[in-house]
Amino acid sequence: MKVTILGGGPGGLYTAILLRRLRPDTDVTVLERNAPDDTFGFGVVFSAATLSELEDADPVSYDRMAGAWARWDPVEVRYRGEVLRAGGNRFAAISRHVLLRILQERAVEVGADVRFRTEVDDPAGLQAETDLLVAADGLNSATRRRYEHTFEPRLTVEGSTFIWLGTDKVFDAFTFIFQEADVGPFQAHIYPFSDDRSTFIVECARPVWRAAGLDGTDASTLVPGDNDEHAIAYLQELFADHLDGHQLLGNNSKWLDWTTVRNRRWRHENVVLLGDAAHTAHFSIGSGTKLAMEDAIALSRALSRTDDLGPAISAYESDRRPQVDRIQEAARESLAWFDRYPRYLGTRAAVASPTPTLGDGFAPPRFAYSLLTRSSRVDHDNLRRRDPDLVLALDRWFAEVAVGGNHERPHLLPPPPSATPVDVGPLRLANRAVLAGEDRQDAVDGAPSAALRDDVLTRAAGGAGLVLVPRLAVSADARATPADAGLYTDAHAQAWRDVLAATGRAPIGVQLSHAGPRASMRPRTEGLDRPLRTGGWERVAASPLPYSPGSDTPTPLGDEQLAAVEADHVAAAERARDAGFDLLELDAAHGGLLASFLSPLTNQRHDAWGGDVAARLTVPLRVLDAVRDVWPQDRPLSVRFSAHDRAPRGLTAGDAVAIAATFTAHGADLVHVVSGQTTTRHLGDFSRWFNAEVADIVRNGAGVTTLVSGGVTSVADVDHLVLGGRADICVVAPLPAEPPWLAARRAPSPS
Amino acid sequence: MDIGIGLPAGVPGAPPDVVVDWARRAEDAGFASVACVDRVRYDNYEPLISLAAAAAVTQRIELVTSILIAPLREVTTLAKQVASLDALSGGRLTLGAAIGARGDDYEMNEFSKAGRGDRLAEQLDRMVELWEDGTITPSAASRSRPRLLVGGASGPSLARMARSTDGYIHNGGPARGFARARDEVLTAWHEGGRPGTPQTWSMGYVALGDAAGAGRDYMLDYYAFTGPYAVRIADGLLTTPLGVRELVQGYADAGCDHLMLFPAVADPDQVEALASALGWS
Repeated sequence: MKVTILGGGPGGLYTAILLRRLRPDTDVTVLERNAPDDTFGFGVVFSAATLSELEDADPVSYDRMAGAWARWDPVEVRYRGEVLRAGGNRFAAISRHVLLRILQERAVEVGADVRFRTEVDDPAGLQAETDLLVAADGLNSATRRRYEHTFEPRLTVEGSTFIWLGTDKVFDAFTFIFQEADVGPFQAHIYPFSDDRSTFIVECARPVWRAAGLDGTDASTLVPGDNDEHAIAYLQELFADHLDGHQLLGNNSKWLDWTTVRNRRWRHENVVLLGDAAHTAHFSIGSGTKLAMEDAIALSRALSRTDDLGPAISAYESDRRPQVDRIQEAARESLAWFDRYPRYLGTRAAVASPTPTLGDGFAPPRFAYSLLTRSSRVDHDNLRRRDPDLVLALDRWFAEVAVGGNHERPHLLPPPPSATPVDVGPLRLANRAVLAGEDRQDAVDGAPSAALRDDVLTRAAGGAGLVLVPRLAVSADARATPADAGLYTDAHAQAWRDVLAATGRAPIGVQLSHAGPRASMRPRTEGLDRPLRTGGWERVAASPLPYSPGSDTPTPLGDEQLAAVEADHVAAAERARDAGFDLLELDAAHGGLLASFLSPLTNQRHDAWGGDVAARLTVPLRVLDAVRDVWPQDRPLSVRFSAHDRAPRGLTAGDAVAIAATFTAHGADLVHVVSGQTTTRHLGDFSRWFNAEVADIVRNGAGVTTLVSGGVTSVADVDHLVLGGRADICVVAPLPAEPPWLAARRAPSPS
Repeated sequence: MDIGIGLPAGVPGAPPDVVVDWARRAEDAGFASVACVDRVRYDNYEPLISLAAAAAVTQRIELVTSILIAPLREVTTLAKQVASLDALSGGRLTLGAAIGARGDDYEMNEFSKAGRGDRLAEQLDRMVELWEDGTITPSAASRSRPRLLVGGASGPSLARMARSTDGYIHNGGPARGFARARDEVLTAWHEGGRPGTPQTWSMGYVALGDAAGAGRDYMLDYYAFTGPYAVRIADGLLTTPLGVRELVQGYADAGCDHLMLFPAVADPDQVEALASALGWS
């Protein structure tokens, strides 16, 4: 078999070596555009797992690398003068130059024909002359472009602008430095790769880069090998405190944009993509060289098992694609963190976050935790397994410093973040987990069923910080279905007063709700938003838009009706007050009446109640103000709203922040963030913590106490979201049919 | 957890008598259901027709489409067929519906692939209305409509599931993947404010004993459209009694309500072999 490899980087060379080893009958040619010593870049980083794969695949080259590795365990975060280290990771890095030299020699030694300074203009010519053409020709692969009709590449420029540098200071950890300059934040990703060098990559958002005057160098005037000396001088000074007199070094260093490469297919006839040509993953989670060499191992193994090219390439793809998908997903999450972290810096993030009221931003322990858990695969429990002492220290910091616990008697073992107390306005909750009663759809004329009341009491006895009674309608017509419970008669109030009279319970809050365009539907046991066949009533909404197909057009709310809606909310709030509820939550979420005013998708009015976000807030604020007037000042008020419509042309992140800040200015002590259901066409997302991103925007953009619900199913999830500063309290739902704590309560006593 | 078995109606070249007799054998062996896959451009039998044939030779076993590619069909005639099959079988049908994963089934169809998700949502709403209103249903039916389940784990698919159906059918694979998907299913159900707990079902493929090789070839062929993932899917084929029992235990622990084990070969002895692997005989 004749195999031609385009590109003499680590991926291409390693493929050549392994193919010659596994199938010595193979005629292997490597074509490389540059000279053998035209090497750019500094170190490349590997995980310990990859290292053992390299040892298995070719012990000879592995042994030659043995002396050249820099190995370390910790990740270090430097932020606002503090240093925090996390152990439990195993990394190794090597100089790209040394790696290439070893692979070049080894490739020749095993009989590959390695030709340098060989430019290939058209891969199609080669394709015809060889059995297999391996396109290891990098990020800007000409082969990928030539057959793009088959590969269907997707190139996405994302993240910040970055520059790849080195330094003669040897760091002893994978180090992240966050440096807040006057113009905005910069971050450096640093790791050692030899006994006298470290890789030092610096990133910043584009507006920061421009504000710093770093856009002055015309990159087109730099020939390959040149450095952006102005950038190096600027960064040398910016990071001087961390360099201890050492130098930043350039090697073909200039500002670049990150491009994520994906391909729908990796194979065209007898051409196969490998390494950066096939896929890239942002450097904040590892190196492309590692992926390319793993590709080489998989491809050569597949080719060693069969002479049949089709199955061999299929096997290579089936082996590698799922792993690459996983890495690219982790990279996406990592990029998302680096995009959002400027909002964790508070008012100091002058350029990146213009919001004026945020204080100082995250303290160093919380900031570091947030960075270390930016991948959804690393949560509180996972980080604890990697570094138990670190998580213990973080938990202690949170319980004793952030929350302000008892310093005289420090915790022997600090409680996890989910178990720390929190103040919601005037009410102190014992912990961060909120349980919601189950909406059983079994009310009669608005009166709660015995099952619903039992359910609320069981949860209130189960150790939650707060229990929420879901969706009590403020009037009969405000009910979504005839099976909804309400709080619109004295009998309803009496029923709840009896529940709340139970002692030794958690605080119990109530959601007051008006279904608006979602009213007059069949009980949800029969599905969602199916209009009543008989006995229906009039629906009201911001605009005459039916909520679901088949439901009648709602009446746009007028002055008179608003007065009635306000009066209903006030009467329900008074009943809630007199019944003894500890917290009141006004429902402006999920397509109900108040929600229909907030979203531009459902509020199409041209009067004073529609238009920009301030106008769309008019009606919800009228109701909020009226409720705040009668709700006692010593009990907290919450507003629940859909901070993201999950539909095109819905609320913007800016709208969500403005809405939350306005609710707070009007006396809300808590904002409960949910998303979607603005229309039936919403694009659902029900993955783990699916509202964490919008909650994070609201909490850290508006500086408000935030409750999040949605896909939070365990206390470990609560630990993660609370310590990471994404929310202050969380609704845990859906609960397992028999929650462990309930099972424990029911266990027979040992006597 | 109930355990059902697939009919070999999706195995190319399966003889008609084997397909029909399979249902009788499945009922005798104690399986809870017989199930059918749906393809157009493939060498298989149409699922509603196959299940009708199965219904005619059995008394109690449940009949399941897992899944039916509903957007390929006109909604009123589909509603009529489904209602008729449910009525004629004495209320034994569970209709699993999804958009289907393969583009080629749509290529020859008058309904386009684009917008098929929205179309499925409309079909589900519409069929339920037609059945429950009594517009399209045999009046002698024992119930107003069959159980409805939706396949597909994407967010929009789960939103459809929670809006108008009774639960979810998972596309198979390891139990831990099902457990993750089930969390999202329960979340979608809860987010929508539906009371109670949705049904969560799944499936697996089996070729026991000497059939393992032929079974694997079938899997690679049937899932060829997934490209690099076909090998992984084929690796999930259950070929030993131990493998069957491990999968069943894993799914039961993960909260699955009903697991359907599909044959990857059309050898009728597989029915008894599977029952024996499950420890039923």
